[in-house]
Amino acid sequence: MRIKAQVSMVMHLDKCIGCHTCSVTCKNTWTNRPGTEYMWFNNVETRPGVGYPREWENRDRFKGGWTLKNGKLKLRAGGALNKLANIFYNPNMANTEDFYEPWTYDFDHLIHSPKSKNLPVGRPKSMLTGKFMDKPEWGPNWDDDLAGGREIVPHDPNLQNLQEHISMELEKTFMMYLPRICEHCLNPACVASCPSGALYKRDEDGIVLVDQEACRGWRFCMSGCPYHKVYYNWNTHKAEKCNFCYPRIEAGLPTVCSETCVGRIRYIGVMLYDADKVKEAASVTDEKELYESQLSVFLNPYDPEIIEEARRQGINEQWIQGAQNSPVYKMAMEWKIALPLHPEYRTLPMVWYVPPLSPMMNHIQNEDELSTDAYIPAVDQMRIPQEYLASLLTAGDVKVIRKVLMKLTAMRVHMRGKSLGDIDAFKHSQLMKEAGLSIEEIEDMARLLAVAKYDERFVVPTGRREMKDDLHYEQGACSLEELAPPEGLLHNGKGKAPAIKFTGSAFSTL
Amino acid sequence: MSGIFWWVIFPYISLAIMIVGVLYRYAFRQLTWAAPSTEFFEKKWLRIGSPLFHYGIVFAIVGHVMGILVPINVYEYFGITSEMYHAGGIIGGGFAGLMVIVGLVILLIRKITIDKVRVHATFADFFIVIALIVVAGIGAYMTIIYNTTVVEYEYRATIGPWFRSLFLFQPNYELMKHVPFIFKLHVLTAFGLFASIPFTRLIHFYSLPVHYPMRAPQQYRSRSNFKR
Repeated sequence: MRIKAQVSMVMHLDKCIGCHTCSVTCKNTWTNRPGTEYMWFNNVETRPGVGYPREWENRDRFKGGWTLKNGKLKLRAGGALNKLANIFYNPNMANTEDFYEPWTYDFDHLIHSPKSKNLPVGRPKSMLTGKFMDKPEWGPNWDDDLAGGREIVPHDPNLQNLQEHISMELEKTFMMYLPRICEHCLNPACVASCPSGALYKRDEDGIVLVDQEACRGWRFCMSGCPYHKVYYNWNTHKAEKCNFCYPRIEAGLPTVCSETCVGRIRYIGVMLYDADKVKEAASVTDEKELYESQLSVFLNPYDPEIIEEARRQGINEQWIQGAQNSPVYKMAMEWKIALPLHPEYRTLPMVWYVPPLSPMMNHIQNEDELSTDAYIPAVDQMRIPQEYLASLLTAGDVKVIRKVLMKLTAMRVHMRGKSLGDIDAFKHSQLMKEAGLSIEEIEDMARLLAVAKYDERFVVPTGRREMKDDLHYEQGACSLEELAPPEGLLHNGKGKAPAIKFTGSAFSTL
Repeated sequence: MSGIFWWVIFPYISLAIMIVGVLYRYAFRQLTWAAPSTEFFEKKWLRIGSPLFHYGIVFAIVGHVMGILVPINVYEYFGITSEMYHAGGIIGGGFAGLMVIVGLVILLIRKITIDKVRVHATFADFFIVIALIVVAGIGAYMTIIYNTTVVEYEYRATIGPWFRSLFLFQPNYELMKHVPFIFKLHVLTAFGLFASIPFTRLIHFYSLPVHYPMRAPQQYRSRSNFKR
């Protein structure tokens, strides 16, 4: 058993209001430099829709992720020799047409325009060429709130898996938001796709990073990632990706997207897992079993044997405690209401989602008179088709989705009954039976999902620092590492300049 | 005397610039070391031009190893006659040369005509494409036209031994005295090109990831053990 810790995230989609605050704060933090304009480490997609980049879920085209070939786990785009043969041109890579041509506006003209009969206009200007554009025709969020309508929605690859016809009439259609960051997978396809070995998964917290010095710009990670969350910087010619705000995580803080989330939909916690079981779990034959097999990789942080073994393998007390208090563990393992995004990609993603419920509840007209069990058919007729959610979160297994929705509905009914004084009817209801949770669990769940405070939502143990050899000295040193000379040259009491080796440079591992 | 300059001093200076420059860039400019792809901007023409050029140059390198590095005795030992060798050289080399030139011309036109690509192309980018066209153009002319219309020049008796003598640090520049001008020009422009490698995108020639097929698919790096 090889125990590793993974800092992971759950997003509660019921609470996402699609405000894009996460995307904007992320962009201002990480990708506001030349070459990164089109990079959205975090983006929010409206579903049904094509997402960003356009139709990223179309795996026949981009060939991302893993596949089983004769029972063996292989990169879908081909193995190492195939990549070396295609190294001069990557046939699967998305380009500006799939993302968009980033633009700004000629604001200067608005300010300095001479007095004229007509109002001055700020024309769109390409940030790739610096030339004026006739009109921008696509952007990172062009189909926000179903604004693409009938033209865009049918191109959603998930709709291919749906039996029923999706209505686009306003009264009948459905909509949900899907915020996405890098999944920091347990079996990352980007890492395996990198010819230079520049991408790696950190041992301590599982964050997947690109070594900017080792990256040679071969771009196989870009198409190798089935979530399309690795981007090519055309300015530095290196790959960049969501880094789970690792400098914040190391300091025990949540990522910027989580910190600034208006709906407080995001939860961050540690999961312990057995790295030796990852490959096996990703290789199960039936795609629908991938969700369960991923659960089998996680370890119970309360199990004394696991704790003992984790300690032995050098995971410190703080991280074990973090794993025990992890909101992610509760939602994914204890209550089983969080699900992985597209488990069929076989990467064992670690950013999970609680499926949304709200449109169904709007469907119920006479909630005051409704008996508890009448909610059950309502779950089955909810506006977001269960197959659609299943296509996103369970490789098409509707049973799992239905069970989760039952649990969320049961929680809602129970909490409603509690404040209206009608709990007994619920205790013996069919709904309660289908949910399969105890009253205590339901109330804990309601607390975490609805009222949890900052330190309940974000349980992030600080990164270990004891391996740094002279912390006391570094306290006064320049934080800009290689950009500025280290301070305090009279050190060691020997009058000799200290041999400081700064490692893990913040500027070399974006 | 000029023989010493062109066939001893100039090649050594070029190689020295290349080696020192590459080492310097490797040690201090890792962040600039990449294969600066423009596939993100344009795919259609790159799809034709890039593999054509790159595979052409791979074949050309193999051809140069066969013609320059492998001594003529080796061919004689295996009983390959001069006629057989040159027939193979003209057909194979000519094919590779044409691939390289056609690929480069496509890439150059793409670089000039496609806005997104041109705007981000530097002087070094244009320089290197044009320099490659010149070197490869002379090479292809030698192989295809000079060899078939003037004379099948036996460079394995002159240029080959001279080139190898450079690496034995016993440069035998006398060998280059009677080499046809066009061959001399090809050699000198090529050495000029070598000297430009550290300052251009050609640097990515040295990062062919040959170790990739051998390594484990998943890479873990420890933050705390990074130093050790």
